Amino acid sequence: MGNKAIVLGVIGADVHAVGNRILDYAFSQAGFEVINIGVLASQEEFIQAAVETGAVAILVSSLYGHGEIDCRGLREKCEEAGIGDIILYAGGNLVVGKQDWEPVKEKFLDMGFSRVYPPGTSPEESIEDLKRDLNIK
Amino acid sequence: MDKAILLIDFGSTFTKVTAVDLKNPKYFVTAKGPTTVQTDINLGLHEALAELERKIGHLPKFEKRLACSSAAGGLNMIAIGLVPELTLEAAKMAALGAGAKLQTLYSYKLTKREVTEIIALKPDIILLAGGTDGGNKDVILHNGVLLAQSTIECPIVVAGNKNAQDELEDIFIKTGKEFHIADNVLPSLNKLNVEPAREKIREVFLKNIIEAKGLKKAEEYIDGIIMPTPQAVLKAGQFLSENKILNGFDKLLIADIGGATTDVHSFCKGDPKGSGVIYRGLPQPHAKRTVEGDLGLRYSLIPLAEALTGANLLDYKKEQIDSLVEDILKDIWDTQSIREEFELALAKGAVNLAVKRHSGYLEIVYTPHGTNYIQYGKDLTDIDLVIGTGGPIVNSNNPKEILKGSLFESNDSLTLKPKNPQFVLDKGYVLSAIGLLGESYPEVARGLAESNFVFL
Repeated sequence: MGNKAIVLGVIGADVHAVGNRILDYAFSQAGFEVINIGVLASQEEFIQAAVETGAVAILVSSLYGHGEIDCRGLREKCEEAGIGDIILYAGGNLVVGKQDWEPVKEKFLDMGFSRVYPPGTSPEESIEDLKRDLNIK
Repeated sequence: MDKAILLIDFGSTFTKVTAVDLKNPKYFVTAKGPTTVQTDINLGLHEALAELERKIGHLPKFEKRLACSSAAGGLNMIAIGLVPELTLEAAKMAALGAGAKLQTLYSYKLTKREVTEIIALKPDIILLAGGTDGGNKDVILHNGVLLAQSTIECPIVVAGNKNAQDELEDIFIKTGKEFHIADNVLPSLNKLNVEPAREKIREVFLKNIIEAKGLKKAEEYIDGIIMPTPQAVLKAGQFLSENKILNGFDKLLIADIGGATTDVHSFCKGDPKGSGVIYRGLPQPHAKRTVEGDLGLRYSLIPLAEALTGANLLDYKKEQIDSLVEDILKDIWDTQSIREEFELALAKGAVNLAVKRHSGYLEIVYTPHGTNYIQYGKDLTDIDLVIGTGGPIVNSNNPKEILKGSLFESNDSLTLKPKNPQFVLDKGYVLSAIGLLGESYPEVARGLAESNFVFL
């Protein structure tokens, strides 16, 4: 019961589409209504989709290493758009090169993301987290 | 011609009549009179019929008399949605496709000041959208409440989040506002659904607006005014495209130049071509209409001249332009122009800008893996036919040159205008008649179409 609409997309000048399709499938199978805005998505497009559909979460994928620049300011824009409390997840290859995961994770959490995932995370893990965050089983 | 069907177009200035022979639909005769909506609409209509009688030799027995109208200001609408690029854009496409003149648009929650503006604008119909189905309810409900509590008197067509319908119905009933419910124009982000709203608008137009505009008197003589004129033109295009009437082609573009506006109608999917192109934005309707209110050859002549000068499409000095414009405006009823070359440039420029604005376009995106393109709107590069209609084209001695304004330009290669179309003229100026006939007399419509259009 309740709204299970979530916005999914790949942010920035990035056309990687396979992971996006896998997540779309996995979250749909898990009972979510996936609003997939596809690749090359801008922050505005994530927000517009969330506002129009009343989504409860925005899932941002970034795979080409420029995630930090592309994701900065997203939480603030959500606040401006009246969805400041929305759940924000980020995952993929969030930074270039080999860096320690913990500082990267901290950086994204500071930027306002609710959860941040390293490369190689299975969809199931984030699905369980989302269900928990939304208090649904 | 013994038995015929009579099609009438109550235009803003002229009432045009077309009689199509029932036995041989390729034979048709047209005539016109003034539109006399202020006094009694039938006066002008009878003048037109008198001219028809003179041309044919007698007045045929009319099995049916169908009319469309853009008289008395046409159909004025205001559209309200949520996100401008999403449900508001969808509502705009629904209203334009219904033949409306959009006075203004509003997004997000309405303010009291905006409601006051709406009241002052006196729209004929308000289209209220917002929220995908199951999505945002707050905004459309907020807007519904404000409208319900205001002194607005016009009917409201509700075409938003279906989960808000019940509450909106209660709100409007409680304050006695006339409302009509239609399916959501954007039920989900990747699904456009404008037809139900278009049809609902047309129903309301028939019931209410016709009466309010003094057009009801015409119904004594005719079988019905069945749609606003621009919708008749859109339906004509749909008819020609779906039935591949013009030499088997189905991807069509209609450029309709008028005194006040230039309308563009496209009939095609317009999907991205090529694998490096990704589509962004709202899905596009197969039949799409846009209206450029600043590109008309008489009432909007000054904004047209400005727009064309700004786009470097008028090869004249400023003083020349000003003097020619002043000349034309001295007598706007003068449809025979002695300033042919200038008028040609104006018409060609109007087509150029109107088609440019209607067309989709590409945006280049440089990614670490190479160049990609994002496409917004429809790709019109493979349009088969560009059909010209409207007084300025129909009466021109070089319509082909005017229509060349619609062509793709290599110095603006990101704008997806038609690359290699053939040009066609609506010689008899009967597109709206075809639109009226298409629904109930498709064979007559086909006959009329087959004999009317001229390949340039």
